Amino acid sequence: MGKPLIETRKVSKVYRMGEVEVHALRDVSLTISEGESVAVMGPSGSGKSTLMNILGCLDRPSSGGYWLVGEEVSQLDRNALARLRNRTLGFVFQSFNLLSRTTALENVELPLLYAGISARERHTRARDALARVGLGDRLHHHPNQMSGGQQQRVAVARALVTHPHLIVADEPTGNLDSRTSVEIMALFQELGRTGITLLLVTHEADIARYASRVVVMHDGRVRSDEQQTALQAEPGSAPADAELSP
Amino acid sequence: MSPLQVLRVAVRALMRNKLRSFLTTLGVIIGVSAVIAMVAIGEGAKARVEEAFASMGSNLLIVLSGTTSASGAHGGFGSMPTLTWDDLKAIRSEASAVRYASPQLRSNQQVISEDQNWATSVNGVSPEYFLMRTWPVAMGSPISPSDIETGSKVVLLGQTVVDKLFGSNADPTGQSVRIQKTPFQIIGVLARKGQSATGQDYDDAVFIPYTTFQAKIQGGLQKFMAGAFMVSAVSSEATTRAQLQIATLLRDRHHLPIGAEDDFSIRNLTEMASAQQEGVKTLTTLLASIAAVSLIVGGIGIMNIMLVSVTERTREIGIRMAVGARPRDVLSQFLVEALALSIAGGIIGILLGLLAANRLAANFGWPILIRLDIIAIAVGFSGLVGVVFGLYPAQKASRLDPIEALRYE
Repeated sequence: MGKPLIETRKVSKVYRMGEVEVHALRDVSLTISEGESVAVMGPSGSGKSTLMNILGCLDRPSSGGYWLVGEEVSQLDRNALARLRNRTLGFVFQSFNLLSRTTALENVELPLLYAGISARERHTRARDALARVGLGDRLHHHPNQMSGGQQQRVAVARALVTHPHLIVADEPTGNLDSRTSVEIMALFQELGRTGITLLLVTHEADIARYASRVVVMHDGRVRSDEQQTALQAEPGSAPADAELSP
Repeated sequence: MSPLQVLRVAVRALMRNKLRSFLTTLGVIIGVSAVIAMVAIGEGAKARVEEAFASMGSNLLIVLSGTTSASGAHGGFGSMPTLTWDDLKAIRSEASAVRYASPQLRSNQQVISEDQNWATSVNGVSPEYFLMRTWPVAMGSPISPSDIETGSKVVLLGQTVVDKLFGSNADPTGQSVRIQKTPFQIIGVLARKGQSATGQDYDDAVFIPYTTFQAKIQGGLQKFMAGAFMVSAVSSEATTRAQLQIATLLRDRHHLPIGAEDDFSIRNLTEMASAQQEGVKTLTTLLASIAAVSLIVGGIGIMNIMLVSVTERTREIGIRMAVGARPRDVLSQFLVEALALSIAGGIIGILLGLLAANRLAANFGWPILIRLDIIAIAVGFSGLVGVVFGLYPAQKASRLDPIEALRYE
């Protein structure tokens, strides 16, 4: 187990909806070490999306402390959070969230563009990242020319192109069939072996089995937090793999 | 992101909706081209007025004699001779603001050469007349003071008259023409002067010494003169002073009691010129401000489309923010898009405006004058329109919450 990458102390999030205060998170204290793969589960309204938004630096907690790679980030301004998202984090979403009418290569280059990296290096790194997810031959395809699994692979390439510490995946297999889901999970596990930490938000128990730790949320609190032996996804056995990497 | 990259991203976004981008820009295109065309035409008209008054002569006053009012019918200025030759001498010697003064006696006569004839205006003038009107001779020699003294039968021809009587480019110096049966020797030809502001051909005239005019063309009156004085002031600022001095002098000489009407009138051509220039200027300003309003309308069009664009691309904004775009990056992206639209509109508008001004000028025979400063102002203004009307949508985009934006359908 490596040193702590994420550490939260009594993180709470309160939304005001008119007169009513909604406690989306209540005193969540969580420590995630480098290299872990953590599945966050729970029913809708349990606070797992809010937790993911805060851990992904998209949102700030109402109270409590959050340390990411040793840096206290709970009170940072929007610019500083944007920089963290750019340098330290990578996102993978349920609906892929790729820019339409933009090639795979350009989609993957996008974070590097905001990091102020030169055009040549952007190209090289984006190409490498796409090759790593098995899309080395789909560089100039647009999202609408690709299958769901391929689009999600582009999204994974975009998340890892900046060499982040942490990949935050929000229901990454929600829009994929089970065969393709296994492939994506295999890809994540492969990344995990290179030391990248994975935070996986899901409501599918099948998917959570591929993680090494499962955190279950309920009513804004952590109900259970257990280590487990991650099920190994085997991409080689998946029949779809032949189609994806001809 | 470097400015160049921001521009590239902006241009790509605009190119995705080519028709929409073009229609949005159209407002600015029309606005800018209208400003450019209107100002070019207005400035051309102003230049033509200036030119017309410059060719008439500078700092000029015309003194006309009074009116008859026989049987209650007013005859108009000049219908009753009230100006005398002594008045002219007095103006020359006593009015300090006056530089030159010349009589201008005029009569339309048939001018006859060997084998042609031409009806034109025959003018009896003194040598100063040509100095006042800055009208040199192109060939031969001018009318001299001794011609005035001796009443010699000499004539200076205008270019149009030369064309009609001797053919264009002929040099008739030394030959003679007859006016009212009197033979006149042609001593010179005047330089071409062109048309007046009202289209009158200055070159369709001949000039003889005023003494000869009196003796041979229009006899009768000796003490009074049947025409006008042309007077030039020492400077353009002095025209009003000269006008006042002449009026005082003439009232005194004509023994007009206080309260009585002038029995002469003085026309100040400089005033007329500036009044006309003012008119043109007002018109130009009016046209340009109407055009500027259309530019603002174009700007509102840009704002409208940018707002639509921000809403449409909320998800894109969310994605960009999630991968690390700062609010500033989003702001500059949308601002640059608005700027690119408005400046592209400005540049196309300038080209169209120049084209339109040229077409109008060619079709209607208007002069145009292209002012570089107006072009620069038009581009600057369209850029300003882009910033002003692009700022609000861009700010709106940059203030989006990334979570909300990502969820937006």
